[in-house]
Amino acid sequence: MVLQPSERHYRDWNHRRLGPWCSPTGSPAPLSCETGCGEGSWILVCRLLVPTQVSLLSMEEDIDTRKINNSFLRDHSYATEADIISTVEFNHTGELLATGDKGGRVVIFQREQESKNQIHRRGEYNVYSTFQSHEPEFDYLKSLEIEEKINKIRWLPQQNAAYFLLSTNDKTVKLWKVSERDKRPEGYNLKDEEGRLRDPATITTLRVPVLRPMDLMVEATPRRVFANAHTYHINSISVNSDYETYMSADDLRINLWNFEITNQSFNIVDIKPANMEELTEVITAAEFHPHHCNTFVYSSSKGTIRLCDMRASALCDRHTKFFEEPEDPSNRSFFSEIISSISDVKFSHSGRYIMTRDYLTVKVWDLNMENRPIETYQVHDYLRSKLCSLYENDCIFDKFECVWNGSDSVIMTGSYNNFFRMFDRNTKRDVTLEASRENSKPRAILKPRKVCVGGKRRKDEISVDSLDFSKKILHTAWHPSENIIAVAATNNLYIFQDKVN
Amino acid sequence: MLSKGLKRKREEEEEKESLAVDALWLDPGHAAVAQAPPAVASSSLFDLSVLKLHHSLQQSEPDLRHLVLVVNTLRRIQASMAPAAALPPVPSPPVESSMADNLLASSDAALSASMASLLEDLSHIEGLSQAPQPLADEGPPGRSIGGAAPSLGALDLLGPATGCLLDDGLEGLFEDIDTSMYDNELWAPASEGLKPGPEDGPGKEEAPELDEAELDYLMDVLVGTQALERPPGPGR
Repeated sequence: MVLQPSERHYRDWNHRRLGPWCSPTGSPAPLSCETGCGEGSWILVCRLLVPTQVSLLSMEEDIDTRKINNSFLRDHSYATEADIISTVEFNHTGELLATGDKGGRVVIFQREQESKNQIHRRGEYNVYSTFQSHEPEFDYLKSLEIEEKINKIRWLPQQNAAYFLLSTNDKTVKLWKVSERDKRPEGYNLKDEEGRLRDPATITTLRVPVLRPMDLMVEATPRRVFANAHTYHINSISVNSDYETYMSADDLRINLWNFEITNQSFNIVDIKPANMEELTEVITAAEFHPHHCNTFVYSSSKGTIRLCDMRASALCDRHTKFFEEPEDPSNRSFFSEIISSISDVKFSHSGRYIMTRDYLTVKVWDLNMENRPIETYQVHDYLRSKLCSLYENDCIFDKFECVWNGSDSVIMTGSYNNFFRMFDRNTKRDVTLEASRENSKPRAILKPRKVCVGGKRRKDEISVDSLDFSKKILHTAWHPSENIIAVAATNNLYIFQDKVN
Repeated sequence: MLSKGLKRKREEEEEKESLAVDALWLDPGHAAVAQAPPAVASSSLFDLSVLKLHHSLQQSEPDLRHLVLVVNTLRRIQASMAPAAALPPVPSPPVESSMADNLLASSDAALSASMASLLEDLSHIEGLSQAPQPLADEGPPGRSIGGAAPSLGALDLLGPATGCLLDDGLEGLFEDIDTSMYDNELWAPASEGLKPGPEDGPGKEEAPELDEAELDYLMDVLVGTQALERPPGPGR
């Protein structure tokens, strides 16, 4: 593998100032110093690309991770549809970042250790492990292919030296153990160093094998496979705060699993009507409460959220709380229901709020108020007049995710044209940034982006009609405690960090 | 024989055309709406939705969320196009595409029936995989009307193990199964389509009784019942 000259210097242009946040008046203004937003300017740390060849490379040679990172950039032309990232998730400490793709692979990145010599490398992530989580399958009963695309990854909290994560495709959830091996035993009695058996007659003394250091090897092994419990497509998995159970949700049902038991699951929600003719609503997302192991929420295609308490009954078909905002009559259209369909629901870290993403907005709800959200943020309201074309090209069915920052003060979600948006809940300021290869030039200063709705277009603005709807940011993740974000754009993974003085 | 799951293809964005449609019907207060008759705009949206529904139903495994949202949108459009009628049959607005012609020709009942029958069969599939359940497919009569073409296509793709178990008789069900290991010289081949007998099957001396016993036994095997209620037939 030959590195091209340009890649050797790719790390030199890491620090891209993306510009300060804008105050509502339009003039740049630094954000107040608070734990959520830092100083308010975002830097591209690294752009990682996951080509199909990387798993072969890591098996063949003893390669250090910097080389693998370089090859990511070079192999841009080899990117296939299988490399499209379909989920991104930090673990609970933020040390690891996992991505899943359409080809069923999971790639885990690890944060570079800080060192006094290379402070500027803080916040960079390198490949830690790559493995094939799901393979394409065939359902013989229905004569259907089952896609290997990874829909969701969720980490388990770390309890020993190994890392555990759940990954799921449409039908099967798997528990993976990722562990390091940096020692190997040497000095066997019955085998020689190459592993060949010795003639017992030649053994005259016995010795105790000793552990000697070896090059670090990271292994991923499937520990559990939770299969055959979902007739419909799994859209969510969520680990319970008891760390013993988790739930998986498909279009019509939610099942509760124990990590130790793979051949049984409890059905806790079932909205399948007796007569399928009456089907008008599906489950779109579900999540456990971060602290109360008996509480979970699930969202629907009609824009409603139900909060359920598992203590109330075995089958939680009757909700404890029902969150729905009345339809705004001035905005009513044929597409009202489609754009109200919730694509993601996330509890805040505090457990006091839930955030929902529908097609045009992000909403924050207080668990104690069911009749309307406490905050509504417009992600791309300029699309409201384009709904028919977006319906025609199916973009209106795109499912965007949303994330909280560690302190629940900032929320982030994606949009089209490789744009993603951040909303500061305290200052009410927002910013639009772009994750794009063309704009990540060495030493160039990137500015916040702005979409021009009508009238005169300013120099740096983009008109709505110029937006590229094939470039969508559906998946983003925020480090649990720091201002480091991961943004997935097709097969690229961008890692941004705010510049801390 | 075995089909791949069809991936929903993203349609090309026809911006210029659709922008005009956007302006037409979306904003009631917009000047363009006053100019254009609402029925025309609604009908083009209706056509589009019907096409989407048709396309979705043709998938081997339709995306349920997409399907439900399209159907609900279609219902809204229908309701707005014929608000006066109690049970509105689909009014046939001028249709451009020939594909939509076939679908629009059928009644509203047939349209929802075809989708409903597909969803029914999806649930029948689930029933087959989970537990022995009556497999009789009681699709609404509207199923055979032209509007059922998409759903029937989907049913074909679903394979033989669907609600047509009793419709086609058992012969069609066993076409694909290799019966060589079940061939038993004791069996008198009564007909081409007769089935793999059990290895220790009953004797064949009495043909009429055998047929009944054989069918019962085969039904039991099919639905996965463990215990054979009938003892081995006469002669064993």
